[in-house]
Amino acid sequence: MANEIEKIKDPGLPAHKHRKADLDPKAADRAERQVSVLFLLSGAGTALFIFAFLFVKTDTFVYLPILGTTNAHQLFLGLGMAASLFFIGMGMVHWAKTLMSDTEVIAERHEFRSSDEDRQSFVDTVKEQASTAGLGRRKLIKRSLGFAGLLAALPGVLILRDLGPLPRKALNKTNWDKGVRLVTDPGYRPIKASDLEVGAVAQVLPELPEGTERTLENIGTDAVLLIRIRPEEFQLNAERLSWTHEGIIAFSKICSHMGCAVALYEQQTKHLLCPCHQSTFDVTRAAKVIFGPAARPLPQLAITVDAEGYLVAQAPFNEPIGPSFWERSS
Amino acid sequence: MSKQKRIAGNVANYVDERTGAAAWLKKNLTKVFPDHWSFMLGEVALYSFIILLLSGTFLTFWFDPSQNEVIYHGAYAPLDGIPMTAAYQSTLHISFDVRGGLLMRQIHHWAALLFMVAIVAHLLRVFFTGAFRKPREFNWLIGVGLLTLGIVEGFLGYSLPDDLLSGTGIRIAEAIIQAIPVVGSYLAFFAFGGPFPGHVFISRIYTVHVLLIPGIILALITIHLMLVWYQKHTQYPGPGRTEKNVVGYPLMPVYMAKAGGFFFIVFGVTAFLGAVASINPIWLYGPYTPGQISAGSQPDWYMGWLDGLVRMAPPLETHAFGHTISWNILIPGLIIPGILFTGMALYPFIESWMTGDKREHHLLDRPRNNPNRTALGAMSLSFMFISLINGGNDIIATHFHLTINEIMWFTRIGLFVVPPIVFVITKRICFSLQLADRNLVLHGRETGRLVMLPHGEFVEVHEPISPEKAYTLTQHEQVPALALPDEDSNGVRNPGGLKRKIRARASQANAEQIPAVTASELHELEGGHH
Repeated sequence: MANEIEKIKDPGLPAHKHRKADLDPKAADRAERQVSVLFLLSGAGTALFIFAFLFVKTDTFVYLPILGTTNAHQLFLGLGMAASLFFIGMGMVHWAKTLMSDTEVIAERHEFRSSDEDRQSFVDTVKEQASTAGLGRRKLIKRSLGFAGLLAALPGVLILRDLGPLPRKALNKTNWDKGVRLVTDPGYRPIKASDLEVGAVAQVLPELPEGTERTLENIGTDAVLLIRIRPEEFQLNAERLSWTHEGIIAFSKICSHMGCAVALYEQQTKHLLCPCHQSTFDVTRAAKVIFGPAARPLPQLAITVDAEGYLVAQAPFNEPIGPSFWERSS
Repeated sequence: MSKQKRIAGNVANYVDERTGAAAWLKKNLTKVFPDHWSFMLGEVALYSFIILLLSGTFLTFWFDPSQNEVIYHGAYAPLDGIPMTAAYQSTLHISFDVRGGLLMRQIHHWAALLFMVAIVAHLLRVFFTGAFRKPREFNWLIGVGLLTLGIVEGFLGYSLPDDLLSGTGIRIAEAIIQAIPVVGSYLAFFAFGGPFPGHVFISRIYTVHVLLIPGIILALITIHLMLVWYQKHTQYPGPGRTEKNVVGYPLMPVYMAKAGGFFFIVFGVTAFLGAVASINPIWLYGPYTPGQISAGSQPDWYMGWLDGLVRMAPPLETHAFGHTISWNILIPGLIIPGILFTGMALYPFIESWMTGDKREHHLLDRPRNNPNRTALGAMSLSFMFISLINGGNDIIATHFHLTINEIMWFTRIGLFVVPPIVFVITKRICFSLQLADRNLVLHGRETGRLVMLPHGEFVEVHEPISPEKAYTLTQHEQVPALALPDEDSNGVRNPGGLKRKIRARASQANAEQIPAVTASELHELEGGHH
C-alpha cells in the first residue's frame, strides 16, 4: 500500500464547463433551429426516395463523374434513403450534444460477488435438494442417466444420415473411358487434331451416350483442358508421351489442390495457373507443380484419335481427379 | 391535466400493474454510461446487425434458394438464354426488376462488411485496453463466438447467389471438408447431398444463413448486452474515475438520443454506400459452373487471411497405407485458424495466469501501460495482416507490377519473421511512450517559447501540466513480477517444473515498465526548481 500513498493524488472530476447554449438563450434557440433543419433535411431525403420509387424507371441510366454510368433509379432511391436516415440521426445527436444536459453523473459500482450468507445458503439449498433427490446415494440412477443421456445423443447424429449418399467410389470416377470422344464445351462437337493450332487451348468434355443429361457434377469431374504445343517441347517419359497426340496434351481442369478450374494458360511459358491459390503447373513436364500449394500434378488424360480422326480417350484417368481425400491411395 | 398526459398515465398504470416495470425503469432510465468514441465500435456492430436483419428480410421475399435449372429471360440482356439456377436467376431479378432491390442487396452486403469491420475494431479496442479482464471474461468469450459466427455467416451469405465467384468459394470449402482425415469425404457427401456441387447446398445454407446463425447471433448479442448492462461499462482512467464508480451521462435522455441517433447515422451511411458503391455485381460473373473461373477470385476481406494462408502453404501431402492426408489444406485451413481462435478465446485466462491478477478491473488500461499485451496484440495483427496480403497477392501483383512469386515468398518468410519483430518494436514504442509520459509529468509541456538566459544560454520554457493530466498519466498500476521462487521450502529446485518457468518468464515480461512518476518525485523536483 506504500506504493498507493506515493501516487499523485486524484484531483477529482474537473469543474463542469458550460456550453454556449446553457448560458445564452439565443445560442440555445440557434441550436434548436439547427436541429430542426437537420430533421427537415431528412424529410427532403424521404421525398427524394418516394419520387425515385414512383417516377424514375428501373432502367434509367445517368452519367455522373467518378461513378460513371449509373442506374438512376437505384442511385436516387439510395441517396434519398441515406439522407432520410442520416439526417434524423444527425439531428438527434446534435440535439443531445447542444441542448440536453451535459453534466457528468457519477454512479457507484456494485460488487458482483454474492454475500457469504447468500453463497452458503445457495450451497445448502443445492445440497438439500440434491439429497432429497438422492443424487448422492443413488449411484445407479446417476450412472444409468449418464449412459442414457450419451446414448440419446446418437439419434441426433444418426437422423442426419440421409443428408447424402455414401461416397463409395464416386470420387474416383469420371465419364472418361477408352474410346470416348472429346467434345467441345460449349457446343459438344467432336474435335480433330487439326482443329487446334499450336499454342491453342480448349476446354473439352467426354461425349455422353445419347439421352444422358450433362450435369454440373459431370462437368465438375470431367472438365479437361486440351493444349497443343510443338511436340519437341515435351519433356515427358515414353509412357506419358504416348498419352499425347501430335503435340496435344490433355489434363484434368479440376485443380489437384482444392478443385478450382485451372483456367489460366500462359502461352509463352507453357504454365497453367490456378486463379484460386496460384498453384502453377508446367505443361511440358506433365503438369508438374512448379509453384504454389498444390502437392500433385494435374492428372493427365491419355488421348489418341479414332478411325474417323476424332480425338478420343485411350483410357479413363489413371488416378482420381480433383482435391485429395482420405481414401485416395496415391 | 391535459388529455395527452392522462392517456400516457393510463398506459403507464396499465403496464405497471401487470409487470411492475416502473421500479425497474426508474432505476435503469438514469443508468450512467461513460462517453468515449471507442465505445461506439461495438455499437456499430450492433446497428449493422439490425440493418442486416432488415435488409436481409427484404431480400428473402424474392430470393429463391433453389438449384433447379432455368433458362434466363430477364431484364439483363447479356445473360439472355443462359441456363442457370433459380437462385442466381432470382438474384438477377432482385438486382434488375425489383424496385430498390439492388439497393437492398448492396446495403445488405455493405452492412455485412461493416459488421465484420466493427466487430474486429471493437475486439481490438477491448483487447488493447484490457477490458476483457475480470469480471468480463464471459463477454470476451461471447465476443469471440460472435466473430466466428460472423465470418461463417458472411461466407454463407455471399455464397447464396450461386454466381461463378461464390460457387468457386463453395468449391474450396468443399475441398477443406473433404480433406479432413477419415471422415472428410463422408462429411462432404452429406453436406452436399452427393458429389459436388449437387442440388441441395443452396437451400441448406440458406436455412443456416437466414435462421440458424442469425438466431444464435441474436441470442449471443442479447446476453452480451445484458452483461454489459449488469456489469456496467468500463471507463478510461482520469480524474474522478475510479474502480468503484462509473462517470458519464444518463441513459435518458442523453444516451437514448445519442445511441438512437447513431443508429440512424450508421444506417444512413450504409444506405449511401449501397447507393453509390457497387458491390458484388454478380451479373458480371455469370452463373456457377465447375469448369469455369474468373481471374482475380477473391473472398470478402474477413476471409482473406484464411485464403492467404492457404495460398502460401507448402505443397505437402502424406500418402501412406492407401490413404492421403493433405497438410497443404489442413494446416492453413483448419489447424492454424483453430490455434489462433482458441488462443484468442483463452487470452484473458492466460494473462491472469501470467500476472497472477485475480481482481476486478473496471478502469481501462492505456495500451502503452501494458507493453507486453500491446506487443502481443500487434504481433497477432501483423500475422493476420501478412496472411491478408497474400490473400490478395494476385490483385497486388497486377496493381504494383510485382510477380505473384515475389509476394508469395515475401509472405511465406514474413509470416515467421515479421510478427516477432513487430512484438519487439511495439514493446519498445510502449516504453518510449511511457518515458514521454514520465517526462511530461516531471518537466511539463514544451511551450515552444525560447528564452535567452542572462549568461546567453537559450532554453525552452516548459509549462507544468494540469493536476488532472498528471493524475491521468500516473494513475495506472505497475504490478511487479510474481515471486516464484527457484527453490521451495524443502529445498526442491524448480518446484512446478516447466510450467513455473514459463509463468515466471511471462510474469517478468509483463512487469517490464518505465516507472510512473510518484508524488514524492514530483515534490522533490518542484522543490529543487523553485
